[in-house]
Order: sequence, then structure tokens, then C-alpha cells
Amino acid sequence: MLSGAWAWLSDKLPAWVFLMLLLSLWQWVVAEKWVASYLLPSPLQIFHTTVELWPQIWAATLATARSILWGLGVSVLIGVTMALVFFAIPLVRRAVLPFCIFFQTVPIIAIAPLLVIWFGFGDPTVRASAFIVSLFPILANTLTGLQETDPQLKELFRLYKPTAWQLIVKLQIPSALPYILTGIRISAGLAVIGAIVGEFIAGGGLGAMIDAARTQQRVDLVFSGVLMSSALALSLVFTIELCSRVLLRGRPYLRKL
Amino acid sequence: MGPSATRWATFVDCSALLPENPAIVIAHEIRAYHMSAIAIRQLGMHFAGAADPVLCDVSFTLAPAENLSLLGPSGCGKTTLLRLLMGLQHPTAGSIDVAAALLGSMSYVFQEPRLVPWRSCLENVLLPLELTGKNDDQGRELALALLQQCGLTERLQHFPGQLSGGMQMRVALARALVTEPKLVLLDEPFAALDERSRFRMQDLLLELRVQLGLQYIFVTHSIAEAVYLGDRILLLDARGRVRDWRRIQFPARDQSVKQTPVFNDLVQAYSELFASMEGETDSEEQ
Repeated sequence: MLSGAWAWLSDKLPAWVFLMLLLSLWQWVVAEKWVASYLLPSPLQIFHTTVELWPQIWAATLATARSILWGLGVSVLIGVTMALVFFAIPLVRRAVLPFCIFFQTVPIIAIAPLLVIWFGFGDPTVRASAFIVSLFPILANTLTGLQETDPQLKELFRLYKPTAWQLIVKLQIPSALPYILTGIRISAGLAVIGAIVGEFIAGGGLGAMIDAARTQQRVDLVFSGVLMSSALALSLVFTIELCSRVLLRGRPYLRKL
Repeated sequence: MGPSATRWATFVDCSALLPENPAIVIAHEIRAYHMSAIAIRQLGMHFAGAADPVLCDVSFTLAPAENLSLLGPSGCGKTTLLRLLMGLQHPTAGSIDVAAALLGSMSYVFQEPRLVPWRSCLENVLLPLELTGKNDDQGRELALALLQQCGLTERLQHFPGQLSGGMQMRVALARALVTEPKLVLLDEPFAALDERSRFRMQDLLLELRVQLGLQYIFVTHSIAEAVYLGDRILLLDARGRVRDWRRIQFPARDQSVKQTPVFNDLVQAYSELFASMEGETDSEEQ
């Protein structure tokens, strides 16, 4: 147990030490006034601002988190369903899939104004923006996963003459699960970007807070918002990682995912 | 070749003998056919694009309760023959007749365990029952009993990745038997195991055969294994033709048989046959 803790510490310690060094250097550079504090606030100043305005920052973080989860959740539902349809009906895949690439290639910042026109200011636009950017990775990964089903396992199932439904539920979805989870992980990062960009244009959440702080030259508050949004992204990815471990238990080749 | 092999040859080449004494040959064939569990005639398999056929003019009949060892060098079409029997592929020539009692009551064990990695040991064994809609209490009891017989009671909730190769193979065997098949086709199932687990698995198979009234067809490239497990041995040569077919009888089958002169003579005879076949292939290639 102790050796395990020590192994963990020696694995993670260098990064923490480096972070501390970096923050100290930063603090020192600002304290010596080599860089003006209205351009680059010191870490301590950012920390004080965050504590001081915590209720406001926390509310904004929660609003953004809701939009991210909403967009990502709908992406998972629609992405996996579409992948199943594409997989089951190749004709539909050939007809529709090329146009789905639109979702991946479109710069979200370019269509955000359109979304405002359609959905108005506030949450619906932000959610739509998070949804659009996170759909394609889930769709594409799920489709790949379904297509990569082990042919040997397919043959095994065939021995027992399964129905199409049994094949999908008992073989194809479970074997695509690692791919689906990878897609969700990629999309989680994108959904954060989508939501923040949406909030820049449509208001609300951390995006609007960062934008407002910018116009007021509150660089410390901008930093605070940036930190919270990356904390959001990290905790999201961490949660997905945990879920993956539970869902993929017993698959030795995926343990180090 | 022994006398039974010669007699069989007349059956295989009945077309050549027809002009001489058609009545006898046909009567013989009909009798053999009606008493058989499996009758295979002039079976051939030629994969599209391949230069040579994998199987060529293979014929034999297998009586009920008779267990067959399919023996031959690597690449001689043993696995293909087994897959054709299971209906996983379709032959390009000839026919396979399976007795009605066996039809739909066949089971297959692949060369590798082929367990579903995200299902536990028990869930893997229950899979065939789930897919055939027989996953009731009775099926579950049978699965548990089979796993106990295979010495896996402690491992029910383990995943395949947590089991050794030998344990995985035992799970695969239990999975093949949980549908209560009458005929089991096994494709070199013990090839990857170390000698001790191999012997244990052979005895487990013999035990289950008596207990469940199984008939099996066993593919192997190990001569000793073929002799130990088969009531009949079909030897294929490198070009997928029947080289030898004979019946083997021992007073009882357990590991002590392997020490008897009869057993060793048979193994010796087959080794020589193998060696002579290799000589033929070499000279044909030159």
C-alpha cells in the first residue's frame, strides 16, 4: 500500500514541483514589475479575485456546465443513433455521411451568429453550439467501432443464429463501446469550446463573463474564467475516464486507456 | 494400410468398381448410408482464386456414437472439412448428409477459445442459451454444472483476460456443451496448451462424452492425440485427399492406454505414414 502511494507520488510529483516553480516565477516577475499587472496579473491576485467574486464565478461555471452537458448528452444520443442507422442501412450511410462532415469542418464561430438568429440569445444557442461541435466525433467513432466488430466473434454468434437485434445489442454495441467512449472524450473537450464560443455571442455563463471582464480590462477575472473553463473540461474528461473504467472492466487490452 | 482401410477404399472408389460388380457395391453403400450419423461423399472444396483445391474427393461415413479424429499435416484441409460440416462454409463439390437426430444439435469449438472479452466466465457460457432463448433456470443450472465439471467454479465472475489459456479453453468447451449438443466438432482445441493441461482436457472430453452421450469429431495434428481420442481416424494428405481411414479400439480409454504396445504401434505406424507423405509432397514439388 505504502509502496503504491510512493509510486503514485514519484509519478505525479515532478509535474507538481514544476507547476509550483512556474507559478513562483510568474509571481516573482509580476512582483518585480517587469510586466504590468494590468496585462498579466500575478497568480495570487487571480486567486484573490476568484475568492472575492466566487458566487458570481460559480454561478457562471454552473450555467456553462449545464449547457455543455446538455449539448454533449444530445450528441451522444443522436450520434450513436445515427451511427446505428448508418451501420444497419449502408445506402443511408453513403447518402448522408458525407454531409455530416459539415458538422466537423464548420468553424463554430462562423455559424454562431446564425444560431442567435434562429434560437435567440441565451441557453438554446449555447446548447446548440455545444451540440454541433460534439456530434461528429461521437458519430464517426461509433460507426468505426460498429464496423470493426471482430469477425471471429461474429462467426461465433452466427453459430447460434441470432436475430439482428441480438447481434446489435449483445455483440455490436458492446464491441463498439470503447470507440464510443473515445468519441465522447474527444467531444467533451470540443463541447466546452462550443459552449464558451456560444456564450461569447449569445450571452450567459463563463463565456459572457470572460467577454465582459475583457471589456472592463479585468484581466484577473479573464484568467479566473479561463481557469474555471479548463477545470470544467478536465473534470468532464476525468468523469468520462472513470465511467470508461467501469464500463470496460474485464477488457485487459483497454486497461491503460 | 490395414484391412479396414482397404475395404473403405472400395467404398470410396465405388464408381471405378461399378462395372465389375455393381450390386454388391451399391448394397454396401446403402447399408453404410442408412446406419450412419454422417455421410460425406466426394466432398471437394476449392477456394476462389486458389491454385489447388483444399479438399479433394473426401468420402466417409460415421456411425452413430462413433468419434472421429481428423488427422493430417498443417494446411491439409482439416479445419475446412470441419467448417463444412458445421455449415460455416459451403463445399464446391460433393455432399454432406447428417442424420436428422443430429441436425440442429451440433456444436463447434474453435481453435482458439474465442471468448467474448466483456462477458464473465459464466456469462460466456450462458451466451448460447441467451441467443437461442433458453436462458432459464434449468439452462443456468446446466451451465453451472458444466463449469464445475471443468473446474471453474471459483472463476465464475472472472473475465477471459483474467484466465489462463487452459481455463479459457475449458470455458469454451463448457459453452459448446451448454446447448446439450449431440455432436461436437472440435478444431484443434488443445493445440495451444501445455502437455499437462492437454492431457487433462483430453480426459475431460472423454469423461463428458460418456456422461452426456456425446459424439465428437476432433481435428488435431498430434498423432498421439488422434489415436487416444478417436474411434476412427481419418488421415488427410497435404493435398486434402483421404490417405487412410481406420477403426481403433481400446478396452478402455484412459492415460494408461498410452503405455500399451498397441497404442505405440499405432502411433509409430502413423508417424511412418506421415514421413512417407512428406517425401511424396517433396518429390511432387520437384
